[in-house]
Amino acid sequence: MNVLVCVKRVPLTGGKIVLTTDEQAIQTRHLGFTISPHEECGAEEAVRLIEQQGGSSTVLTLGPPEAEEQLRDVMAIGVDRAIHLVTDGSEWDPQATAAAIVDAVQAEPEPYDLILFGNESADSGNYQVAIRVASSLGMPCVTGVKAISLQDGTLRCEQEVTGGRDVYLVPAPAVVTVKEGLNLPRYPSVPGRLRAKRKPVLAATPARPDSRLEMVRLVLPPGSGKQVEILGRGPEGAPAVVAVLQELGLL
Amino acid sequence: MVLVFVENVSDELSQQALTFARGLGEGVHAVVIGAPESDAVGLGALGVSVAHIAQAPEAYAPAAWAQSIVELAATLSPTAVLGPGTERGNEVLAHVAAKTDLPMAASCVSVTLGEPASVLRVRWGGSLLEEAHLHGSPTLLTVAPHAVAAAGDETGDAAVDYFTPTLSDADLLVHVSERAQATTAGVSLVDADVVVSGGRGVGSAEGFSVIEELAALLGGAVGCSRAVTSAGWRPHTDQVGQTGSKISPEIYIACGISGATQHMAGCKGAKKLLAINPDGEASIFANADYAVLGDLHEVVPAISAEIRKVRGT
Repeated sequence: MNVLVCVKRVPLTGGKIVLTTDEQAIQTRHLGFTISPHEECGAEEAVRLIEQQGGSSTVLTLGPPEAEEQLRDVMAIGVDRAIHLVTDGSEWDPQATAAAIVDAVQAEPEPYDLILFGNESADSGNYQVAIRVASSLGMPCVTGVKAISLQDGTLRCEQEVTGGRDVYLVPAPAVVTVKEGLNLPRYPSVPGRLRAKRKPVLAATPARPDSRLEMVRLVLPPGSGKQVEILGRGPEGAPAVVAVLQELGLL
Repeated sequence: MVLVFVENVSDELSQQALTFARGLGEGVHAVVIGAPESDAVGLGALGVSVAHIAQAPEAYAPAAWAQSIVELAATLSPTAVLGPGTERGNEVLAHVAAKTDLPMAASCVSVTLGEPASVLRVRWGGSLLEEAHLHGSPTLLTVAPHAVAAAGDETGDAAVDYFTPTLSDADLLVHVSERAQATTAGVSLVDADVVVSGGRGVGSAEGFSVIEELAALLGGAVGCSRAVTSAGWRPHTDQVGQTGSKISPEIYIACGISGATQHMAGCKGAKKLLAINPDGEASIFANADYAVLGDLHEVVPAISAEIRKVRGT
């Protein structure tokens, strides 16, 4: 089978977000980068499915030239090849992103049996690129999936809901968005990283259409305004903690 | 007029979406899929003048639900179509957007309708906001959870209108075919009054024994940060964070957790936050009500011992 997993380069924000002076982006001078947590599980699932079923796995990203780092990271855990839709780093809205992915998928010589996305990206959280891609390609789409199995061309997808799990049965080819918890992603090995350096990256530079969900500026929400009360240092703080719990009626 | 997709008439987030829509001052119609008439009539108490009931299969089928909304919107020509900021609200509105090739803004805190519409929406699980313009009509958006409090209105009953959407096989292909029951044991993380959580500072899976002990003494649940689940020390079901559970306990006791934005997105609903951390510079203290500066391996057992002493056990 052929599996495609789509990922997005995002900064590792740490404890405090600082914006650039033009309020168009997060100040990333001192930050590392990664992919969204849900997508890490998507990449791991792609590798596991190919290990079980045979075939080929591909990772795709739309992002700046530096996003090749994330493609190599994903190939280091066992994905075979990459597609890089190279941008100048400016924001692409969900419709433009989906259209570029659809074009890239249709340009591939072999069709995909399964296209995996994260349920939503860690940064913009638009919840729609995968659904738009599926709709354009005429493929079924299941979202928020925490378990996938494939038998005789049918995908069984389980989604966590209040009080249980909803089960969807869909025929391949399909688009599936996944959530963290689907699996425990492996760490890349040193040989994996070395192999990833030699794996092929197919690059293309799609034109960016005007945004219809057009970001104007980013805004930091007001702080918590909390003034922390120090209850103590080390084990000596325990009686004060218990006093707080009693005050709150929790003991 | 604004059309609101009501996922579930008794769900707080659907009620918040209705309250948000009422605030736009244009009149509110609601669309429900396969709901009983009594539920639809009752939506009048939330300011709905007409409740449209789509006669579609009861089992959740996102594309079919979206098709119902697309057909209704074509007849009613609303200025905006809103959904709740739930998993299904986002999913159904995204299908509506895909079917109509319109832009859609998820998780909006506020909107000013117009051409273009201006929205303020949530990014990074609430750690950042975005001002954006939405070019397209009708305006499609979902309402961020707790952007407004659900509130009633003095309006009478809603008028009820039944309609039967034209659904293709493709619309019905993806649907819930069965509900597997959850096997849960102990106190659920999202419902617990007390959550005791451990981060990287716990150091190992075994290190969680002191966290478990304190949680048990308080009748609470055990949580953890993403660093812990990624290391395999705890199952992902214990994770509090942007990609884990969003919790709102009376008190959240964060032990050895630095307070990354990923984590804070999951626990900002806590009424009180007690942070136990040796690093006085940790960003968690900016969001904490109480702090104990110290090593959790010493502080947490001391708290458990103190509770036993107070209880005389």
